[in-house]
Amino acid sequence: MAFVSSGYNPAKPMENRITDIGPRKYDEFYPPVIKKNKGKWLYHEILQPGVLVHVAESGDEVYTVRVGGIRLMSVSLIREVCDIADKHCDGHLRFTTRNNIEFMVDSKDKVQPLIDDLESRKFKGGSFKFPVGGTGAGVTNIVHTQGWIHCHTPATDASGPVKATMDVLFDDFKSMRLPAQMRVSLACCLNMCGAVHCSDIAILGYHRKPPLMDHEYLDKMCEIPLAISSCPTAALKPGKVELADGTSVKSIMVNEPRCMFCGNCYTMCPSMPLADTEGDGIVIMAGGKVSNRISAPKFSKVVVAFFPNEAPRWPQTTDCIKKMIEVWAADANKYERLGEWAERIGWERFFEKCELEFTHHLIDDFRDPAYYTWRQTTQFKF
Amino acid sequence: MAKHETPLLDQLESGPWPSFVSDIKQEAEARAKNEKGVEYQIPVDVCEDLLGVLELSFKHGRTHWKHGGIVGVFGYGGGVIGRYCDQPEMFPGVAHFHTMRVNQPGGKFYTTKFLRDLCNVWDMRGSGLTNMHGSTGDIILLGTTTPQLEEIFFELTHTYNTDLGGSGSNLRTPADCVGEARCEWSCYDTQDLCYNLTQEYQDELHRPAFPYKFKFKFDGCPNCCVASIARADISFIGTWRDDIPVDQEAVAAYVGGELAPNGGAHAGRDWGPFDIKKEVVDLCPTNCIQYADGKLTIDSKECTRCMHCIAVMPRALRIGNDRGLSILVGAKAPILDGAQMGSLLVPFIKVEEPYDEIKEVIENIWDWWMEEGKNRERLGELMKRQGFQRLLEACNLKPDPRMVQEPRTNPYIFWKEDEVPGGFQRDIKEFRKHHLR
Repeated sequence: MAFVSSGYNPAKPMENRITDIGPRKYDEFYPPVIKKNKGKWLYHEILQPGVLVHVAESGDEVYTVRVGGIRLMSVSLIREVCDIADKHCDGHLRFTTRNNIEFMVDSKDKVQPLIDDLESRKFKGGSFKFPVGGTGAGVTNIVHTQGWIHCHTPATDASGPVKATMDVLFDDFKSMRLPAQMRVSLACCLNMCGAVHCSDIAILGYHRKPPLMDHEYLDKMCEIPLAISSCPTAALKPGKVELADGTSVKSIMVNEPRCMFCGNCYTMCPSMPLADTEGDGIVIMAGGKVSNRISAPKFSKVVVAFFPNEAPRWPQTTDCIKKMIEVWAADANKYERLGEWAERIGWERFFEKCELEFTHHLIDDFRDPAYYTWRQTTQFKF
Repeated sequence: MAKHETPLLDQLESGPWPSFVSDIKQEAEARAKNEKGVEYQIPVDVCEDLLGVLELSFKHGRTHWKHGGIVGVFGYGGGVIGRYCDQPEMFPGVAHFHTMRVNQPGGKFYTTKFLRDLCNVWDMRGSGLTNMHGSTGDIILLGTTTPQLEEIFFELTHTYNTDLGGSGSNLRTPADCVGEARCEWSCYDTQDLCYNLTQEYQDELHRPAFPYKFKFKFDGCPNCCVASIARADISFIGTWRDDIPVDQEAVAAYVGGELAPNGGAHAGRDWGPFDIKKEVVDLCPTNCIQYADGKLTIDSKECTRCMHCIAVMPRALRIGNDRGLSILVGAKAPILDGAQMGSLLVPFIKVEEPYDEIKEVIENIWDWWMEEGKNRERLGELMKRQGFQRLLEACNLKPDPRMVQEPRTNPYIFWKEDEVPGGFQRDIKEFRKHHLR
């Protein structure tokens, strides 16, 4: 295809250049009922899984139908979303922080036709395009990162394990039988582009082998001091390496027992890749939350040190998640988040009930905060 | 016939949850057919090659994207992430596959017109694949070639009046919750504050001048739906400081079973009749609620605004009317020095245009961090290294017991000379007159 110019002139990049204009202003995109009642909402209710009503002081109502979106979306799918919003919602919609899509209508009679339309649409492969759900005491959509589709540092895929997990948790996306909301998140490496470190259940990609050293190219590709100073455990030092042809090159030496596999060095230096088929896999963390409701926000705790990457459906990972949710659902009090439940019954009981092995990997040995996680009381359960 | 066999990915087409594999396949088909006669500016088979390289990753258990690549648009240092495939001969369609981050509108509200316009640009000049949205909040346009970057930027700014987001060591694209637009719990207009600060700090957003990334997130209430407290260098969390208004008639309706507790959020299971003592009074973290003689009373002075009671009885209880926000600072994910939650710096500040008081806090923090922060040191890490007291000094704020969980348990106070009468300079000879060697 021939090159089509937008009007940009590469010879004069500053000609007619527009910069620093920021995003479009939010209120350009509000549906009329939102614009009219902003700041004047009285209360909301969840009428059924995936359907909310917000009632304003004026008596106006806005009905929201929430569907699980796939974060990785094609323009074909977005155009289909637009078709639906044009048909039912006067051309307005919104997305949530957790990759859900929300279709809003201003009267109750418009809700069921919208749901019927959404639920009737399927991909050729058979999956739903727009499953309605993700509200209240159920599983909401998984927030996730790029994974193998686009990232250079992942230790696992993102869209793949998310699809596999949501297939397993689908019934709880469509219902509200759990003690509280269940937020599952995935980050494909510990850079954690999402906030998985405070999730009820977190799926985290992790490397387990030290960087693989490309000595021949390292000094040509990288600033050695910058790479060395990036190591949080001081496991790197400068050194000289003799290549097979006898030439001596400057490079970096890794003190392997000190490596915690964070990959920060690889971020600074592409000649130190960590990715490895057997080394890479998934850490399961549990019990975090961001809400200040009842108890303070909490970090998620590592409950499984490693599962291998079992593409395409990661069965050990999804089985473990399903099991934790079932045990929590059966045992927790109403309103109790997974972490609050685990703290009430004690983590020793959590491992017993969830039939998870407690291995040495799960005892913190990283710097000062580790001490505060050891038990400094005689109060524990047998 | 697909260009590449993808037996592993094909297994992700079944099951109820929307399949991204089916979606990429549908896009690949649409591009191949090109019914609308689009003049594609990057390879037509980009989606097929993307499936091919992803299948290879599923087989190898390793990514096939190369490290980095410095590409961007003229005059900006962020907004574009360079990406190259490490098997360009096998997958030429994705040999160059750069991401562009587009600053999303507040609350992620859209008109279909705007979305369709974006789709048209991206269809023609990119892969036709997006993320709606990236973790930080941007619209992510996933995969294009270097010559298209300026063209896309030109169209976005000239035709669609919209700009790129942040990446690298700059202010990352700020993100907000749905806020007052559709939530009765929002204590301030998250969208307006987010928009105002995004516009105010465009230079910081586009041109990396910071030690590392810096994130703003705006949550309208302590429920923290955008997870600001866990991941923003500065979290703006709505709160109030007066009484929770109580509608006793509505309380009676909850007790009488006429209204479903928690807005119906637990409707999927029979939890038995609503028990106000067990479900509200006993779960209050500060025991400041009483229910007696059919009347609910809240000792607001003792309330810490966890909002549980409001969430359980949303038609009886509301947020207070003297509203503002709390500023918490220093949250981050684990890399490098372990995860940090935001720490409370400003317990309460009014949210009033033009938000000068809030901007003063932000700029004081930046001045300190840009002066003292090391390369790739997040604000939270600098706070740990130099201490919370230094942050207070930098912000000209008075210490307040609300800022700590508890006072220090060691007496190792770094007294300053001017805090001790007489200062540190003394005469040893004078001392020895009274204390022999």
